[in-house]
Amino acid sequence: MTPTIEAVGLRKRFGKTVALDGLDLVAEPGQVLAVLGPNGAGKTTFVRTVATLLRPDAGELRVAGHDVRREPQAVRRLIGLAGQSAAVEPAMTGRENLELVARLFGQDARSARANSTRVLAQLGLADAAGRLARTYSGGMRRKLDLGASLVGAPRLLLLDEPTTGLDPRSRIELWDAIRDLVEQGTDVLLTTQYLDEADHLAGRIVIIDRGRVVAAGTPTELKQRAGRNVIEVHVRDRADLAAVAAALAAVDHGEAQVEEATRRVSVAVEAGTDRLRDALRSLDAAGATLDDISLRPPTLDEVFLALTGHTAA
Amino acid sequence: MASIAPPIRPPATLPVSTLGIAKRTLLKFLRTPQLVVLGTIQGAMFLLIFRYVFGGAIGAGGLSYVDFLVPGFITTGILFSGIGAATGVAEDLEQGFVDRLRSLPIPRSAVLAGRALADTAMQVWGLLITTGIGFAVGFRIHGGVPDALAAFGLLLVLGFAFEWLFITLGLFAGNAQAAQGMALLVFPLTFVSSAYVPVQSMPGWLQAVAEHQPITVMVDAVRALTQGPAAETLLGHSAGFYVVRSLLWAAAIVAIFVPLAVARYRRG
Repeated sequence: MTPTIEAVGLRKRFGKTVALDGLDLVAEPGQVLAVLGPNGAGKTTFVRTVATLLRPDAGELRVAGHDVRREPQAVRRLIGLAGQSAAVEPAMTGRENLELVARLFGQDARSARANSTRVLAQLGLADAAGRLARTYSGGMRRKLDLGASLVGAPRLLLLDEPTTGLDPRSRIELWDAIRDLVEQGTDVLLTTQYLDEADHLAGRIVIIDRGRVVAAGTPTELKQRAGRNVIEVHVRDRADLAAVAAALAAVDHGEAQVEEATRRVSVAVEAGTDRLRDALRSLDAAGATLDDISLRPPTLDEVFLALTGHTAA
Repeated sequence: MASIAPPIRPPATLPVSTLGIAKRTLLKFLRTPQLVVLGTIQGAMFLLIFRYVFGGAIGAGGLSYVDFLVPGFITTGILFSGIGAATGVAEDLEQGFVDRLRSLPIPRSAVLAGRALADTAMQVWGLLITTGIGFAVGFRIHGGVPDALAAFGLLLVLGFAFEWLFITLGLFAGNAQAAQGMALLVFPLTFVSSAYVPVQSMPGWLQAVAEHQPITVMVDAVRALTQGPAAETLLGHSAGFYVVRSLLWAAAIVAIFVPLAVARYRRG
C-alpha cells in the first residue's frame, strides 16, 4: 500500500539556518505518527513542507504517492491542516468558518452545510456553532481549527502542535477528539514537543533533532531503548530521605536522585524486577516508612536525553 | 485500520473561491463595528474641519472651496481605505489564516483576488458616504451627470489600482504594526498634492513635487469631471487630459505591484 508520507533526504534552509538536514521518514496508512522534538528541531518546517506551504531545497517528498513539487494541488486535496496559531476567522460564526472551508474544498452549498454540521457535532461545538468565533474560549478555537481541517474529509490530517498553550482540560478534550478521528480511519501526522502527548496519541514516534531523524519506533520500543527502568520511592518522613537514598544507591551502584519537595527518591536500574526485590530488602534494613514504591519505565524525557545527549527544550 | 479514500470532486473554481474569500473579508470588516464607525466619523470630521475651519482662508480660484475640496477628499479617501487593507493582509499572514488558505486546493490567485474584490466593495461604500457628506455640506455638481458618473467609475478604477500597492505593502511588511506604519506614510503624500489646496499656492520646489505625483492628477480629474468648465479653466487642461493621465498612472501601479504581490504570496 502506498505510504501516506514518504520523505527522502529532505533539506531546507532559511538563510543561514538549516531547518531540515536530510530528513527521512515514512508514514504508513492507518496510523498516527508523532514527530517529536524540541523547539527548532524542524517539526514545523517539516509539516509546512508536507502541507505544500514550503518547497524543500532538496530531497523527495510524496504524499499518498503525489510529489509535492510536481502535483501540489493533488496533495492539497488530500490534506487538512491545523496549525499552532488557530487560523479561524474571529468575526465569523463557527458554522460560517467551517462552511467557508468546505466550499473552498469544492463542496456545493448543501454538502458544505451538512459536513459542517457533522463536524461541529463531532467536536462538541454544535451549541456554539451560531456564535462568533471571537467569543470562543481558547480550547474551543482550537477545536474549531481542527474542525476546519476536517470538514473537507481529508485523507491525512496535519496537526502542528495542536495543544500548545491549552489548559489541561482542553488538552484532554482535544486528545479525545483526535483519538475518535483515528478510529474512524483518518491518518494523522502530529508534531509535538509534549512527550506525554506523543505517548498518548501516537502509534509510532519519530524523534527529530536539528533537522534529521535520530530515532523512530513505537512509544514502548523507544522507552525500552533508552534502557533503564527506574525504581521510585515516596518517603513518609523527610528526615529519612538521606537514608533511603543511600539504601537505593546500594542496590545497583547507581546514583539516587532526591526530590526534596515531593519526598521522592529514584534510581535507574537494570533488570528492574530483580532489583526491586533487592531494593525492598535494603529499604527494610534502613527502617524508613514508605508511602509508595514503584518500578516504572523511563519517561520520554529520559529517552530523549539518552538518544540525543541533550534534553528536550 | 485502512483509510477511506476521499470522494472525487472537482476543486473549487476561481469565481467560487474568490467570492468565498471576498465574503470573509467583508464580514470581518462589517462585524468589527469600531472599524466601520471610526472610519466614517474620522472622514466626516476631517471634511468638516477643512470645509468650515480652513475653508475661508484657502483661495480656490474660480471655484467655491467646498466644490474644490470635496473631489480631493473623495479621492484621498480611496487611499486611506488602503491602510486597512495593508494591515489586514499583514495580520492574516501573521496569524496563519493565509497558511490555511494556501493549503487548500483553490486556484492560487483566488486569495488576492478575493481580497481585492472585497476591498473594492468597501471603497464603494466609503465613496458613497464621503460623497453624501460632501453634498450635505454644500458640494454641488457643475459638470453634468454623465461626467459625474464617469468620475465615480474612475475612482473605482484608481482605488482598485492602489489596492495592489497596499496589498503588496501588507505582504512585505512582516507584521500588522509595520504594515500600518508604512501605509500611514501615504498621509503626508496626500497633503503634497492638489487635494486640499491649489498647487500654485505652494513654494516652488514643493509645487514641482506636487504637480508630478499621481494623486494630484487623479484629484484634478475628478475635479474637472464634477465641476466642468469652471474647473478646467482653473486647472488649465480639459477633463480628458487628467483622466488619461490618471488611467496611465493606474496602469503603471497595477503593472508594478500586482506581479510583486503575486510573487511574494507564492513564495511563502
